[in-house]
Amino acid sequence: MDLYFLELFFSGLTRGGIYTLIALGYTMVYGIIGLINFAHGEIYMIAAFIGLTFAGIFSILQFSLISILLIAVFFAMLFSAAYGYTIEKTAYKPLRQASRLAPLISAIGMSIFLREYVILAQTPDFLAFPMLFGDLELPEFMMDFIQPTETIIILVSFFLVGILLLFIKHTKTGKAMRAISQDREMAMLLGVNSDKIISFTFMVGSLLAAFGAILISAHIGQINYNIGFIIGIKAFTAAVLGGIGSIPGAALGGLTLGLIESFATGYISSDYEDVFAFGILVLILIFKPAGFLGKKEHKKV
Amino acid sequence: MLSVKEIHTYYGNIQALKGVSLDIEKGEIITLIGANGAGKSTTLMSISGLMHPRSGKIFYQNMPLHLLSPEKIVSLGIVQVPEGRRIFPDFTVMENLEMGAYLRSDKPQLKKDYDYIFELFPILKDRKRQLGGTLSGGEQQMLAISRALMAKPKLLLLDEPSLGLAPMVIKQIFQIIRKINSEQSTTILLVEQNANLALQTADRGYVIENGLIIMQDKAEKLLQNEEVKKAYLGIV
Repeated sequence: MDLYFLELFFSGLTRGGIYTLIALGYTMVYGIIGLINFAHGEIYMIAAFIGLTFAGIFSILQFSLISILLIAVFFAMLFSAAYGYTIEKTAYKPLRQASRLAPLISAIGMSIFLREYVILAQTPDFLAFPMLFGDLELPEFMMDFIQPTETIIILVSFFLVGILLLFIKHTKTGKAMRAISQDREMAMLLGVNSDKIISFTFMVGSLLAAFGAILISAHIGQINYNIGFIIGIKAFTAAVLGGIGSIPGAALGGLTLGLIESFATGYISSDYEDVFAFGILVLILIFKPAGFLGKKEHKKV
Repeated sequence: MLSVKEIHTYYGNIQALKGVSLDIEKGEIITLIGANGAGKSTTLMSISGLMHPRSGKIFYQNMPLHLLSPEKIVSLGIVQVPEGRRIFPDFTVMENLEMGAYLRSDKPQLKKDYDYIFELFPILKDRKRQLGGTLSGGEQQMLAISRALMAKPKLLLLDEPSLGLAPMVIKQIFQIIRKINSEQSTTILLVEQNANLALQTADRGYVIENGLIIMQDKAEKLLQNEEVKKAYLGIV
């Protein structure tokens, strides 16, 4: 195994980790109300702007890098959860009883609205994002194939997925989420407040996207209003690849997509980076629409 | 205990209930019989708060139920076992039962209630770790009733518990329904297409047709009623 391979492998894991964090938002919302929340990528983008704002404020106040990073993550999570909550209440909840197409169109509308809003209220240009990880050091032999920031992104995303899985499996709220995804009316007949659980799901999805946004922005070093769009569609591809509605599926799909992209750009050509991702999306939709871990739709009697 | 007053409920523009009224006293078993599409399930869904009557009122111990949310209604002790059982297929039997206890906070009592349920339906104890979706129809119905019992109902709404089950299983389920009524003094509103069985179980009955209550009486009297015999009992 040569170093180039390892380098591509870890950069693939890094991408995959970020895709996973965003894919979780798509997959949880789909699992619970059967809606593709196309505004989810925009939450990611807005979280990056929020993070930048607070990083700016606290670097003027001369806080240390690590505390700025934590503060940026904290506020990005807080604000994006509020955005997620508000989007659900304004764009989707009023359409709960409508046909499936209506909330989908509303989602696309919300996505365009948020992008335009950031262009107008902030800027259409690229902004520099501070490299909040600073000068991290790894042992000499590792530096040949993995960057320090990549290690952090990989570890944090694995950790967050683990926490989420435990939460869904063992807490009362997690059980209520799973119950709603199986049969919302029945869950309500047992006393589950489905509106609350749905809001909560949007907020958790947004939190995770915000985490991903700050990590990747501090890794790459620049953001603009458009960053949520491509990554959103790729994360959606990851969710579909893994089986939309399935949380382990999102992680599996995210990592697979990240690795494929990384190896394909490394060994074939980086000009076609997006072609690989969307080629995969088309192929799954044709040959295995349920994804790796997804279930075939079974009609309820 | 529960009184439904002139409710009109719609599915979109289609009127399913055209002024349904009924009264249930504490401790009774009441049955609501009628043909397919007469409005039986809609009546239950209106009581449970999943459908909202456009007009009319529902009172439970003098509280206006038609203004409350479904979870509030469950917390007051009105629990429904809907038509088709609707077991969570990806949950184990135990997890399904835990969902029944979703609103309860009296942990020490829970253990006793699980034991009570496993005494009522020993088969569920054997199947504890099995997924709900893999149970047979009869077992699913037992689980559905048990899940509702875990919510500690004062008023239990049962929608077509006999649907699609073998005669032996139906007999067993109806024995349990009577047992719950007498041992736990749970009031029961039983919706059935199997009118004969329902009237033999119930104290009083209502007959619903096209969204209207057309008859109400003691169960044994309805069993003797010529019209009921003709239309619902298949006796000419």
